[in-house]
Amino acid sequence: MIRLTGIERTFVVGEEQVHALRAVSLEIAQGEYLSIMGPSGSGKSTLLNVIGLLDRPSAGTYELDRRDVTGLDDYELARARREKIGFVFQFFHLVPRLSAAQNIALPMILAGIEPAARGPRLARLLAEYGLEDRARHRPDQLSGGQCQRVAIARAMAMNPSVILADEPTGNLDRHTGQEVMLVLERVHHNGGTVVLVTHDPEIGSRAHRRLRMVDGAIVSDEQS
Amino acid sequence: MRPADMLNFAWQVVCGYRGRTLLILLAMGIGVAAVVALTSLGEGARLYVLKQFGSLGTNLVIVLPGRSETAGAMPGVLLGKTPRDLTLEDALALKRSHAIRRFAPLIVGAGDVRVGALRRETPVLGSTAELIGIRGMEMAQGRFLPEGDPRQSLPVSVIGAKVATELFGARPALGEWLRVGDRRFRVIGVLARQGESLGFNTDEIIIVPLAAAQALFNTEALFRVLVEAKSREQIPYAKEDIEEIIRLRHEGERDVTVITQDAVLATFDRILRALTLAVGGIAAISLAVAGILIMNVMLIAVTQRRREIGLLKALGATGREIRLAFFTEAVLLAIGGAVAGVAFGQLGSHLAAQLYPSIPFQAPWWAMVAAPATAVITAVLFTVLPARRAAALDPVQALSRR
Repeated sequence: MIRLTGIERTFVVGEEQVHALRAVSLEIAQGEYLSIMGPSGSGKSTLLNVIGLLDRPSAGTYELDRRDVTGLDDYELARARREKIGFVFQFFHLVPRLSAAQNIALPMILAGIEPAARGPRLARLLAEYGLEDRARHRPDQLSGGQCQRVAIARAMAMNPSVILADEPTGNLDRHTGQEVMLVLERVHHNGGTVVLVTHDPEIGSRAHRRLRMVDGAIVSDEQS
Repeated sequence: MRPADMLNFAWQVVCGYRGRTLLILLAMGIGVAAVVALTSLGEGARLYVLKQFGSLGTNLVIVLPGRSETAGAMPGVLLGKTPRDLTLEDALALKRSHAIRRFAPLIVGAGDVRVGALRRETPVLGSTAELIGIRGMEMAQGRFLPEGDPRQSLPVSVIGAKVATELFGARPALGEWLRVGDRRFRVIGVLARQGESLGFNTDEIIIVPLAAAQALFNTEALFRVLVEAKSREQIPYAKEDIEEIIRLRHEGERDVTVITQDAVLATFDRILRALTLAVGGIAAISLAVAGILIMNVMLIAVTQRRREIGLLKALGATGREIRLAFFTEAVLLAIGGAVAGVAFGQLGSHLAAQLYPSIPFQAPWWAMVAAPATAVITAVLFTVLPARRAAALDPVQALSRR
């Protein structure tokens, strides 16, 4: 469960202050499927980064799973990211020298999980995302769709509270994009919370709840 | 992150960027190899000199008449007294010490040696049968001075190899007579060629019994007494005993100087060790250069792998873990370079040993420890900056660019 109250985010660019987020208040319940849309520069990625604990708000409070995470230090933020957040990026961001399986295992390795416990979880993830026969392939030997599936499996490795996807189809052709969306939606069907940033209306409209942002503020919040 | 996983992660990085890894291994390897090879050169020289000194005779203690004081003037000089002579009786009294195995009193002078019409000016040594054992000399022909009472003056002599050829040419020298001053001596032995041994060329001397030399040079005073201690451990006791025995015989005055071979050796040892250290230190500069290379490469790696670092942070890696990953990588590279360097250094000193078999090239143990340790420490020190930079990287910025 995510609760943002009066979140501001300002950057100083040169001598000017840029308001990336203005008084954003938002509540996302467990199991929601939400898309954030808006023109570029509207602050949707900044909002995603704040939710993902990669960026700290300049003002406001952020509650994640009933815990105020606004004032956490870097170490605690890293731990919270590791346990509660799963990221999916436009450019996949797979480690090029590691195999698909090693990439998926990375969050578990960072969390210090015993190799004995990692094995079965890794096998389950590979099976769930249809990557068993690609486990030993490196990213440059995988197609774009496969790369993004690896990235989603990696995001799910620690069973996070929320999956944050920043333009997950932005770097894929239409057909592969659809496939990836189906994978993400399966996460949602299995009870996961999915937050999606996109500027493709067709992709965005698939979500059950749709936010529109303009100039750092939420201008509409539709539910269907 | 578990340490084993951290190691594995760093290992994958090291294996993933082969060209870069090879470059660092080469730089580190050259640095370590230089330290190992140069110190083994220095150590070889040290051992060589020690061996040369060893050829003087083992466990040697030298007794000189007169006392050299390091502080202040000699009281004897102030009072106008000459130091007391060291005599044969003094030397014989040394038999009382349990720390002494044997001793050889020595008189040295220049003698006018003649065989028929041939004349030659030659150093003449007066000593006893023990000299050959103490000095580690060897006979080419015949035998050395006979054992017996050192007060007895026998007309026999032992001559150096060069003296033998100069005085007798191709003729056998054994059994021939030669004249030193106004005395006649029968040649009973010829020394084996040994060459220079600390300023004394045993090829160019004539050795006669002590009593004969005393008569020849008309002196009771010994040039010095060579003493051999029973063992290396007994050398300090031998020195003490000698000083005490002579002091008692010289009415309580300490008027002899006792030099142990150890003291001379220790001086040379110190000098050559310092030299080895200096050479090793100079070689260690190349390790610092390798360290700077590591820093450069790591800084480039931070830029090259900024997306990966950003990703690791997004996945929940703490700044500490990022730093540790870089340090682990640097240490792995340093250890790899050190192993390669030690191997190459050993190979180099092995080759040098093949070329110059008389010098025992061998890297000292401390260099074998210090060189790899320096490599690792340099690597860690020079990784501090890149690792901190990586840990401070903003994940949002790192991930936003393609």
